[in-house]
Amino acid sequence: MADKLKVDSGSRLRFGFYWAASCGGCEIAVLDVNEKILDVVANADILFWPVAMDTKYEDVRAMPDGHMDVCFFNGSIRNSEAKEIAQLLRKKSKVLVAFGSCAHHGCIPGLANLHNRREVFDTAYHREPSLDDSAGTEPKTKTRVKEGDLSLPEFFDHVFPLDRVVDVDYYLPGCPPPVPLILNAVTAIFEGNLPAKGAVLAPVKALCDECARNKHVAKKMPDIRRTWEIQADPEECFLEQGIICMGPATRAGCETRCINGNSPCTGCLGPTPEVTDQGAKMISALGSILKVDAEKEMSEEETKALLDKVKDPVGTFYMYGLASAIINHRRGK
Amino acid sequence: MSGQFEPKIAGFFCKWCTSAGADLAGTTRLKYPPNVIPVTMFCSSRVDPQYILQAFRDGADGVIIGGCHPGDCHYQAGNYKTMKRIILVKRLMQQMSIDEGRLRLEWISAAEGGKFARIIHEFTEEIRNLGPLQLAQAVAPGHGAKG
Amino acid sequence: MGKLIIDGIETEAAPSKTVLEVARELGIKIPTLCSHPSLPPYGSCRICVVEAIWKGRSKLHTACTFPAWEGEIRTDSEPVRRLRRNILELMLAEAPEAEDIRALAREFGVEQTRFPVREEKENKKCIMCGLCVRVCQDVVGFAAIGFENRGYRREIAAPFREPSDACTACGACSFVCPTGAIDRRLFAKVEPKPIPSEFDQGTTSRPCIYTPFPQAVPNKPVIDTRNCVYFKNGNCQVCAKVCVPRAVDYEQQDEVLEEEVGAIVVATGFDLFDMKTYGSYGLHRHPDVMSGLDFERLLSASGPTKGEVRRPSDGKVPKRVIFVKCAGSRDAEQGMPYCSKVCCMYSAKHAILYKHRVPDGEALVFYIDVRTAGKDFEEFYKRATDEGVNYVRGKVSKVFRRGDKMVVWGSDTISGRKLEVEADLVVLATAMVPDRSALELARMLKIQHNAHGFFTEAHPKLRPVETATAGFYLAGAAQGPKDIPETVAQASAAASKVLELFSRKELTHDPNVAAVDEDLCSGCGICVDVCPYKARELIERKDGKGWVIKVTEVLCEGCGACSAACPVGACQQANLKDKQIEQMARAGLQD
Repeated sequence: MADKLKVDSGSRLRFGFYWAASCGGCEIAVLDVNEKILDVVANADILFWPVAMDTKYEDVRAMPDGHMDVCFFNGSIRNSEAKEIAQLLRKKSKVLVAFGSCAHHGCIPGLANLHNRREVFDTAYHREPSLDDSAGTEPKTKTRVKEGDLSLPEFFDHVFPLDRVVDVDYYLPGCPPPVPLILNAVTAIFEGNLPAKGAVLAPVKALCDECARNKHVAKKMPDIRRTWEIQADPEECFLEQGIICMGPATRAGCETRCINGNSPCTGCLGPTPEVTDQGAKMISALGSILKVDAEKEMSEEETKALLDKVKDPVGTFYMYGLASAIINHRRGK
Repeated sequence: MSGQFEPKIAGFFCKWCTSAGADLAGTTRLKYPPNVIPVTMFCSSRVDPQYILQAFRDGADGVIIGGCHPGDCHYQAGNYKTMKRIILVKRLMQQMSIDEGRLRLEWISAAEGGKFARIIHEFTEEIRNLGPLQLAQAVAPGHGAKG
Repeated sequence: MGKLIIDGIETEAAPSKTVLEVARELGIKIPTLCSHPSLPPYGSCRICVVEAIWKGRSKLHTACTFPAWEGEIRTDSEPVRRLRRNILELMLAEAPEAEDIRALAREFGVEQTRFPVREEKENKKCIMCGLCVRVCQDVVGFAAIGFENRGYRREIAAPFREPSDACTACGACSFVCPTGAIDRRLFAKVEPKPIPSEFDQGTTSRPCIYTPFPQAVPNKPVIDTRNCVYFKNGNCQVCAKVCVPRAVDYEQQDEVLEEEVGAIVVATGFDLFDMKTYGSYGLHRHPDVMSGLDFERLLSASGPTKGEVRRPSDGKVPKRVIFVKCAGSRDAEQGMPYCSKVCCMYSAKHAILYKHRVPDGEALVFYIDVRTAGKDFEEFYKRATDEGVNYVRGKVSKVFRRGDKMVVWGSDTISGRKLEVEADLVVLATAMVPDRSALELARMLKIQHNAHGFFTEAHPKLRPVETATAGFYLAGAAQGPKDIPETVAQASAAASKVLELFSRKELTHDPNVAAVDEDLCSGCGICVDVCPYKARELIERKDGKGWVIKVTEVLCEGCGACSAACPVGACQQANLKDKQIEQMARAGLQD
């Protein structure tokens, strides 16, 4: 759908940025582009960017449909406001990009899918130790005061990635998206060089492809260890040291930024194109290499005890992907 | 029987042991409930955990995986990999509030037609007692499930 | 080199040999007593004396010590015979009770001795040739016995005439003694431990070097290194000394031979059910309760009794033999639930053969059913009953000894009576079970087997000799109880299947091999050790764009473990891709 972006020569591209349920890290990532952002500004107009500019939703509503060429949408869909603006921006943008892991897969906010709205409210508004909650106040969608009705967006039961509520053209993965990927995307946009619709604007291979610790040998995992249990050798593959690294099941493109800090990959760029469920795939890979040379000698109890060292499977394998996993929320919640 | 809950169970069976055991159950005319939909693969180690989760999402109330007994794997050690994967998937299910009894790993040899029939019978009854899984995808209000 | 003439036969003189050796080569018989091939000549018994004629002069010499110089030797001249008669008379005085000496003496016309018998000598069979002392010292290396005293009081004895620890009751002295004069109880504190013959079901003993059984392939002797004296103390080596082609090699080691083969026929055969759960049948407890296989040996002309039916306990000919069928078969509680198939017919055969050997004996068969499905089988069973074998329908509950009889408690389900029958011998038709080694082999070859350990064929009707794995075939009782004709049929079928396999120009392989999408593979290496066939290796891409997995397709057996292990879905199995499997399951789950 690259033709969608055909821009008359001489005219400037019109951009929009939005944040839904997100931490703001994606906005910082845009700034991390540093002086290159000036090139963008030189060739583009930014019409909507709540974090940086005072634009109102009314202004967006007033735009003709498809008025914005590209809209970068970060954050997941947590409430009715995010959903409403997502739908609005979809209408007003030629190209809608899910920017960052929250819009792409649900990310950290998506871990709230282990709970429902009730549990979230109880924790946030009633059980919070620093809270004086004698009144038991909770956000309500409508509150009548003497001046009239006040309204708040509806807090959904679950968290959703952007493409669960609107059609998404492209995805820029990562928490936040790595600067080189942002620049590649922006360059492709300016050059009218975007791939087929639905593409993830990142390499198709997994992180091991670009990891300096990958020594291209048969991988074996000797044990399961937490990062604090050992001083990880900065030259050696984490998995071969017993530390769960999501790299093999995660897209490349980040230039191993966590691994460079001697911290294993936690999977923020999400699964590679052929994979539906990043966590399930990593479970399978882990089961394949864990004590692969001793598996026959181990009793079922010993194997269970070993795997008990994975304390939090969802947090380990689905830190970013729960809201877009095959099973995307806790049952009955 | 009308009105009784009939569970749907997805079965992933290895060709050499459990599927052969199922054949033996058939040729010896053993009776067992028709609730399991079997998919034969070469080895239980071919079972990607994605299939299990997908089967639950596609409407399975239970999933059963059958392989060769430890030490008897036709491919030497495939079943050990299966065992480790299934243990982890069960942990995941616990966290997701899906009764881990809905996933069962059984070693059934080619000679164990009787065991095959018994396990299928047992598992079907267990799932019947657990009731329907009803694992719908969460959807945002006003939206149908996508994907 | 000059000529040597022995009894008129001319030959080359051979001073390196003795006259005895040369005479034997010429087929001339010279009696010997103290000579044994494992020991050098000693010349103590003098019975081998011959007449040597040299330069016209005649002189008497012992043939075992006299070199085969040129000249003439007479082995049967009158001076020789006269001297031998004198020697034999002396021997009769020394050992009046030695049967062998009496027999030899009779050959030379000696019936009485003119010399006084040495009455005070304890051993009236010993001729004092000293062969036993030499064997014990020079061959076995123990020196546990020796000569005692001098002159007319001389005798063979253990030190201080007391059984000693030095003697291991090996039996070498008894074995070589020409007159059967050895009483080992005078020498040894321990009882001799004969080595039971495996082939004869332990009913006879065998030497340390032996041919496993008469038709063994290869039909060559083996050394039992656990018992052989040479392997214990480096002595003996008698077998090497007596072997003319010098074929005995103690340095030979067990070898593990590695062969590359294109097919394997598994024919591990059967074993007998150990009957441990049938304590009441008394097998292994009473010598006169035996298995059908023991009885088979007892009937065999090459068996422990040379084919005479004699019971183990006292060697008596049993006048009533009871055959108990289904001993361990068709009994899911104590034994095996299946029918061992061959017992009905071999029990009938045993009963008939017994009746032939002991015409006045009675054969009684306890049975549950008589199963005679097979060509001429029913007729054979009919012959058994026609020849007077009695069949009683019922199970046996207990077998025990009363006096010198075995008592069998059983039931006759036709007349509805409890029976108590006395017998001289009880033969159990014990169940067939797979060979003990079969299970280990099954695990090694990944061949399926049933709960009892019999190998499972690929299809019970259509592929009865193949296993689930290409190139592995089954033959015989390893697959299930069967008799010889059926085993031969299955083995022949297996052989044809192998030939069929080998006659193909190309081998077919299941197409479900794994393939890797190089554009997706990140070279993480997770799948490498997952592959049991080492079909996967990491290689650098030709275009330099990183490392990827290369699959050697012919090695891949298509288990798909790599496909499941691959964390990116780069590895897919042909015809069984992730999406295909998911679709299969989904289609099944849809209403």
